[in-house]
Amino acid sequence: MAETALTSTGESPARIAGWRGIAADWSSDQRAFKNVSWGKAMMWIFLLSDTFIFSCFLLSYMTARMSTTVPWPNPSEVFALEIAGHHIPLILIAIMTFVLISSSGTMAMAVNFGYRRDRAKTAALMLVTAAFGATFVGMQAFEWTKLIMEGVRPWGNPWGAAQFGSSFFMITGFHGTHVTIGVIFLIAIARKVWRGDFDVERRGFFTSRKGHYEIVEITGLYWHFVDLVWVFIFAFFYLW
Amino acid sequence: MVDVPYDAIARVPPAEVGDVDLYHPRSWWTKYVFSQDAKVIAIQYSITATAIGLVALVLSWLMRLQLGFPGTFSFIDANQYLQFITMHGMIMVIYLLTALFLGGFGNYLIPLMVGARDMVFPYVNMLSYWVYLLAVVVLASTFFVPGGPTGAGWTLYPPQAILSGTPGQDWGIILMLVSLILFIIGFTMGGLNYVVTVLQARTRGMTLMRLPLTVWGIFTATIMALLAFPALFVAAVMMLFDRILGTSFFMPSLVEMGQLMKYGGGSPILFQHLFWFFGHPEVYIVALPAFGIVSDLISTHARKNIFGYRMMVWAIVAIGALSFVVWAHHMYVSGMHPQFGFFFATTTLIIAIPTAIKVYNWVLTLWRGDIHLTVPMLFALGFIITFVNGGLTGLFLGNVVVDVPLSDTMFVVAHFHMVMGVAPIMVVLGAIYHWYPKVTGRMLHDGLGKFHFWVTFLGAYLIFFPMHYLGLLGVPRRYHDIGEVAFIPPSAHTLNAFITVVALTVGFAQMVFLFNLVWSLFKGKLSGGNPWRATTLEWQTPHTPPEHGNWGKELPVVYRWAYDYSVPGAEQDFIPQNQPRATRAVQGAAQ
Repeated sequence: MAETALTSTGESPARIAGWRGIAADWSSDQRAFKNVSWGKAMMWIFLLSDTFIFSCFLLSYMTARMSTTVPWPNPSEVFALEIAGHHIPLILIAIMTFVLISSSGTMAMAVNFGYRRDRAKTAALMLVTAAFGATFVGMQAFEWTKLIMEGVRPWGNPWGAAQFGSSFFMITGFHGTHVTIGVIFLIAIARKVWRGDFDVERRGFFTSRKGHYEIVEITGLYWHFVDLVWVFIFAFFYLW
Repeated sequence: MVDVPYDAIARVPPAEVGDVDLYHPRSWWTKYVFSQDAKVIAIQYSITATAIGLVALVLSWLMRLQLGFPGTFSFIDANQYLQFITMHGMIMVIYLLTALFLGGFGNYLIPLMVGARDMVFPYVNMLSYWVYLLAVVVLASTFFVPGGPTGAGWTLYPPQAILSGTPGQDWGIILMLVSLILFIIGFTMGGLNYVVTVLQARTRGMTLMRLPLTVWGIFTATIMALLAFPALFVAAVMMLFDRILGTSFFMPSLVEMGQLMKYGGGSPILFQHLFWFFGHPEVYIVALPAFGIVSDLISTHARKNIFGYRMMVWAIVAIGALSFVVWAHHMYVSGMHPQFGFFFATTTLIIAIPTAIKVYNWVLTLWRGDIHLTVPMLFALGFIITFVNGGLTGLFLGNVVVDVPLSDTMFVVAHFHMVMGVAPIMVVLGAIYHWYPKVTGRMLHDGLGKFHFWVTFLGAYLIFFPMHYLGLLGVPRRYHDIGEVAFIPPSAHTLNAFITVVALTVGFAQMVFLFNLVWSLFKGKLSGGNPWRATTLEWQTPHTPPEHGNWGKELPVVYRWAYDYSVPGAEQDFIPQNQPRATRAVQGAAQ
């Protein structure tokens, strides 16, 4: 990696490959993950913790779905739309998934341009990513509205097990909250990129720390994680 | 066999990361209140945890008054008794012990012991404390809401936790769940800081295998907490929805007061799995920092290197990993496939191996050591004895067939109070006596400390030893009044009264301790920078108490492990971690 901005001594340590390299890094002083900044390490560990949260949500949902004695509503029917006279199952979810996966692509491009210090393209691509995210949340709001109009409530629904509505609102709601936070985060960082905070190493208002373009990549880690979680929700909730 | 060579590496590598930018406080508010200094945050955590812990202590007195002299105190009714046990348990386990070990000792000791200027993200660290404070305030507010705090027991098992027969069903349970969610959010912000600081912000020469065991204990416990608290978070969110929105995640079909309730199809067992997936690691989240700290106390006050350092580290890691696969041993009576019972009993007993390694190593560290019976050492010795005791009763409860008749008796109460109540508290107290001089620059009063230790230690045994016997008789726990039952002899009531008297005495000793804390702050003997002549970095700071940024101009450089006590040929009986190897060469020549 060329981006070892935080290795301030300029010494490029001779790295050993493979497991021996990992053992050497972990038995060295100062840092266990060489060339990983504090912020990036912290985001990875946070995502590990967050993975456990989503895993618990999904496992609880699966437990409820497998143990219920009442029939579970058929997701491909529930999440179908009538478009131009055609009855298309899961169409909205398919579009939402496509939008979110696309946003991962624009995010990856933003990270690339960030490290090239291309302010305009980085900020623009981050805003495009945020727009995709906002579109996703918007479509989710539409889906919620449609289901609520059809009588789905957290405590019951017209088609079967009450846990269908409760799990649906809880899991998609928690994921949607993650996306919304990500959109806000993206816009805030895009503003800083646009303003050139990371070129002049402007200090943070609360932290008085200098900012780096690396924050774009850290934001990206979070964003890709939220996308990945959606893939699991899509598979376990809608396709099962 | 030499455990860790003194000169593991020939030279200290150059710094990989430039010195950090610290936030420099501009006013009294940002220096003492909204401080981003880990040491100030640590003190804030400790004071808040102690304050809410005192509430829990008073609740335990009220419970003991009721149990010892049933019917005498008209102001304690059955509902209040349940509320007292719930709040006592929840506060002691989460808001006192977890917050004190990780938020208090973790914040103070990690940056100092690894040779950092502060936590890696001080601002996030500060937010962590304020969210924790909010969680404590929300929790304390339940004493004043209509219906009072929840009486569901600290395990909050549904369906009873949110049914109207349980006290605190109006607001208590809702605020309890909100408070837990806040606590987890606040803890996560702090916990990420502790982990990244240990992994990525050590000073030059400080390898992972040179860390004091205190840091290893807190570090492993924090990783466990980051992976275990999510299960509690999810359980709390789902139960909150069951209570507020009327979902049925945990609620089966129920008839209440002759009325069929709107719930149906949920699984109460699911909650128990989620809760104990958090709850069992939580035991070790409290125990591992205690293991680490007590290792350092024993080594320092016995003037001897810790026996089997590497084994101690790997035992901590192994206990941390194993504790994630034992949770259902809390659920033997919940209804479980017998083969699962077999699996969880086996994993539970396997944990005894790394734990026994630790106990043997503590004892072998003491063996032929130059033991100074200082107050911290007394508490450390008290911990070993108490912990072994609690561990042995754990063997009873870990086996399915023995556990079933003992479930929900006073035996269980005695077991977990010994092993995760008294034992970690012993370490907390010992650690306060040990590090108070670094925090304040003054020693705690020795005589009061010894009084405090003996009353607490002997008292704890007088309280909890008879409880094992009560449990074997079949006296149930969580009962407001056991009444006149054929299988409980009258002597059990006498014993209960005796326990109550001792409990109040031990409680009084804690007031002496609090007085000591305040009195010594102003009148204590000046300690100097390193009163215990210890090797670890926190005792080598240029100022005592350490200033903002900890180290003055130059960060310390570490040349050796943390346990160079009584090295043959050395001038003193300890060699600080930041003392260069040059003196070693001289010593080698002398030999």
